[in-house]
This record gives sequence, structure tokens and C-alpha cells, in this order.
Amino acid sequence: MGLSTLYLSVIVLIPVAALISVALGSGLHAFWTSFTSSLALKALWQTLALSAVVAVIGSVMGTIVAWVLVRDQFPGKRILNSIIDLPFALPTIVASLALLGLYGTSSPVGINLSLTRTIVAIALLFVTLPFAVRSVQPVLLEVDKDVEEAAASLGASNATTFRRIVLPALRPAILSGTALSFARCMGEYGSIVLLATKIPIASLVIFADVESATGSGNSAYQPAAGLSVALLVIALVVLFGLRKWGADRGR
Amino acid sequence: MNKRLDRPRLRAVTALGLAIVAALVVAACGGSSDATTKTSGSSGGSGGTQGGSGSKATLNLVGYSTPEKAYDVINKAYAATPGGKGIAFKTSFAASGAQSRAVAAGQPADVVAFSTAPDITRLVQAGLVASNWADGPTKGIVNDSTVVMIVRPGNPKHITGWDDLIKPGVKVVTPNPATSGSARWNIMAAYGSELKEGKSPSQALAYLATLLEKNTVTQPDSGSDALQAFVSGQGDVLLDYESDAIAAKRAGDKIQIVYPKSSILIQTPIAVIKKSSHLAQAQAYVKWLLTPAAQKLWGQQGYRPVLPSVAKQFSSTFPNLDLFTIDSLGGWTKVDTDFFTAPNGSVIKIEEKAGVPTASS
Repeated sequence: MGLSTLYLSVIVLIPVAALISVALGSGLHAFWTSFTSSLALKALWQTLALSAVVAVIGSVMGTIVAWVLVRDQFPGKRILNSIIDLPFALPTIVASLALLGLYGTSSPVGINLSLTRTIVAIALLFVTLPFAVRSVQPVLLEVDKDVEEAAASLGASNATTFRRIVLPALRPAILSGTALSFARCMGEYGSIVLLATKIPIASLVIFADVESATGSGNSAYQPAAGLSVALLVIALVVLFGLRKWGADRGR
Repeated sequence: MNKRLDRPRLRAVTALGLAIVAALVVAACGGSSDATTKTSGSSGGSGGTQGGSGSKATLNLVGYSTPEKAYDVINKAYAATPGGKGIAFKTSFAASGAQSRAVAAGQPADVVAFSTAPDITRLVQAGLVASNWADGPTKGIVNDSTVVMIVRPGNPKHITGWDDLIKPGVKVVTPNPATSGSARWNIMAAYGSELKEGKSPSQALAYLATLLEKNTVTQPDSGSDALQAFVSGQGDVLLDYESDAIAAKRAGDKIQIVYPKSSILIQTPIAVIKKSSHLAQAQAYVKWLLTPAAQKLWGQQGYRPVLPSVAKQFSSTFPNLDLFTIDSLGGWTKVDTDFFTAPNGSVIKIEEKAGVPTASS
């Protein structure tokens, strides 16, 4: 117990406390303006909306991919299974470069999505794929197929079986994967830095705040810290809501 | 059953409470002390070590991103001079603002060469550079450049000057001024040139609004990212340092350089860190960089020499433009406050309308 508390403190609690102290270090009014300026509000809204859309699409597609990986048999299945973890291993800036080359102005496939929210969404879907798939996959492996077979033998269609037997069993895992994807999207920087040059995403605005800080010392970074704390709070509220919804609907 | 759970639960709650208190105490102590921790290593840029064994001293040169190759050549030349014998260099080149912040936070440095004076001023405020750093014969400037327009070979959109940039259908690439010093030089070059043509400040600002909101297609984080974006096919015209353009052309990039009638004189500063353990050697090095021999090397590397006598020798490399300085526009401190400081800076407001992730407050 003590060890895990110590570990959590050093890795998470103390850095977050330091962030909060910089955010509040120039007074409450400065803290308020750091996330209520018009650009900050625009950025928070854009990021929230984009993260929510990507988390939902990602979890639907991730569930389908997990289903295929667990239930289907096809050649190359093991290779495909290993590729799912690729976005974790790849430095995010490389993902940005790859997408810029593939779907940008010199696209070899003729698709030009440069500077659109679509290409940013694609980048976010790429980096959150492992969350969406890996959170559902182990649960799907454990699900007792007897119940499904019983339902089928009683005349339930595939869709009904999926909807009333499989999905409720997967719900906590799907929600967990959605929460992780959402959180990752809220803070993502490396994979979108080359793509979102004309879209006010919160992480990019925070980077701009850091880079335009005049002077040295912690107070120079108060605007960046303030916006970061606001982003963190929004993410935590949504995550808490998701977990609560998952807990309420289970049983 | 409940009694058996009380002790471990109490311990857990106490441990958590102590951890939170400890976190707040550390944050309160650590938050107020300004950067006295020593960090070493470069801030994500590239660099290297030059010089042989048995060196008298190793000078740490921290520079902005683009002059790396030029400094490699020039530092080798210095080591061959009698004054520079035995001096080795450890260099680090990355974005000017990031480098300045890193040195202020404790990155070891003996000589700093940044792209704008405010990055040196930050170190004056941090007590690392003498407040009279700009009092020398060249006012602290080691070399000059200017803002030029880079276009596709053959100049298909017929760009000849600043007014062509706001024509409908012309796509401009310039970095994000919130994160890039190069971007600020570009914007002030445009603004100052409009003033030179007789426009009023509000008309010049309207020009910037059109340029950034309507004609600029992308604003990457840095000058080098912008060059990459342009070379990979984005936009019709890129605004960049003349020195970068010359280097890119010599490296074989398929570009053409267009010189507008007037542009800003980019003056890149250099300064000695007064706490350096090799102060005398650092000062001697900076002094040598301003001698005709070194200035000639700068000219050969594509940077305009600050010494007029040397600049004359390079009149074929560096065309004559109507060049104005940032001082004629009020100096960087005033310009930064009026144009580039969130939330009320005029360019910040324009960038926000353009949808660019700029500084927010």
C-alpha cells in the first residue's frame, strides 16, 4: 500500500501538484483568464469535440477489430494481431509525418486532406487504436460461448445475440477503452503537430503559450499551466462520468 | 469483520493524506524558486564536439537552429588561428526560443547566438548575460540576413513583391509567430514594407490580416518545418531567411529566390555568458567573429557581413534592397508587446481569427 502510494505520488501526484501551483501562482484572476480567453475556449471546445468523436468511432471500430481477431480464422491473423500495437511503438511525430505524406498535398493516392479536421481525426484514431482493441480483446476471449450457443439454439438471430448477450458482457471493457482513447486524444500532440496548423487544438495552443513566454521562471508559464489545468479538469470530469455510467449500467 | 478492516484502512488513508500534503509542500517550495537546478544536454537539437585532444578550453556554443553548418566551418577556421589554437567547441543548435529557455534554466553555455534580441534579453534578466552586451561596435550583432520570398522554379505565380502575396489564389507559407522567431521577422518585414510604401499603420495591419487569414495556407511551428512543408508541395511562396534560402538552393532544393523591393534587416545577436568558466576565451572568440576574416567566412556561408568593408566584397551574392531595421519599427520589446503578446497583440488577434493555434493569454 505504501509503495504504491509513494509510486503514484512521485509519478503523478507531485508533478500535477506542481502544475497546479504554477497555474495558480500568478493569482486567481490570471488563472481565470488563462482558460477563458476566446482562443482558449475555442481550443478547449475543439479538442473536446474532436476527442469525443474519435473515442466513439475508435471504440466501435476497435470492438469490431477485436471481434475479428478473436472469433475469425484467417491467414496472417497473428501478424495482424501484432500490428495492433504498432501505434504504441511508433514515435508520434513519425505518425504525423506519415499521414502528411500520405494524405497531404503530395499524396501518392491522390487524397488531399491537408489542414482538415479529418486528417487530425485519422491521426487520433491511429494512436488510440491499441486502446480500443486491447481493452475489448481479452474480455472477448473469456466470454462464455455457451450462452451465445444457447441463445442461437433458442432461435435468436446473430444481431439479437450480439446485442443482448455479448455486448452487455463487453460494456465495461468497451467503456474502459473509450475512456483511455478519449484521455489520449485530449492530450495528444506529436501526431497532430504537423497536421493541425490551422486548427486551434488545446495541446498546440499550450505549446504556443510556452514558446511565447517572455522572461524566465515559472510565472512565465502560468498561461500554459492554467490552460493545461482546465484541459485536465475537463478530461477528468468526462472520465469520471464514463466510469460512473459504466458502473450504473452494469447489473 | 469491520474491526479487522479498520487498521489497514486507517493506514491507507493516512498514507494517502501524507502523500498529498507532501505533494503540496514540494510544489510550494519548488514552484517559487526560479530555475536554479542544473540541467545538462541540449534541448532536443543537434550539435557536436569539435577540436582535438589537449585543448586549452572547450567552449559551449548554444545557437538557433539554422546556422549549424556555418558555425561548423567557422569554428574550424577559428581553431586554425593563433588566438583560437587549442579551443574546442561543444555545440547545440535548436529553435531559438527553446534554446534561450534552456540556458535560462541552467543548460551550460559559454556563448549564445540566437535569432532575435529578446532571446538574449531573457538571459540578461536571468543574470547570465551582462546588460551591456549590445554596446560593442556592431551592437552585439554577429551577422545579418533579410526576409526573402522562395517560389517554385520559373516563378509560375509571378511573385515580385509584397503586394503579390495578397492577390487571390496566391498561397503563402510562413511559420507560426507564437512559436517561431523566423515568423516574427517575416511578419515585421511585410508590415514595415507596407509602411515604406506609404501605407498607414492601420492599412499595414489590414494587409497582415489579409495575408494571414486569406492567403496563408499553413503556419508550421518553425522556419525549418515551413521550408519542409513548402518543398513537399504546400503553397506557392514561402517567406524565409535569405541565408536559409541560399543554403537550400546550394543543397539542391528546387526553389527560386525572389527579392522584394524592400525588406527587414535581420540582425542576429551573439553574447557571452558572464558566468562562463572560460570567460576570456569566450570573449576572444566573439571578438574574432567580428573581424574581417571571420566576416568573410560568414559571407561565404550566405550570411550578410556586418562590416561594411567586407559586405562590399559580396555585392553579387547579396542584392541591394531597401533594408529597414526592427529599431525603425520601435524595437523588439515594443513590437513584441504590441503585435505578438497574447491576448491583445494585433497579430495574435489576426492569427486567432485565422484559426491558427497561437498563444491564448
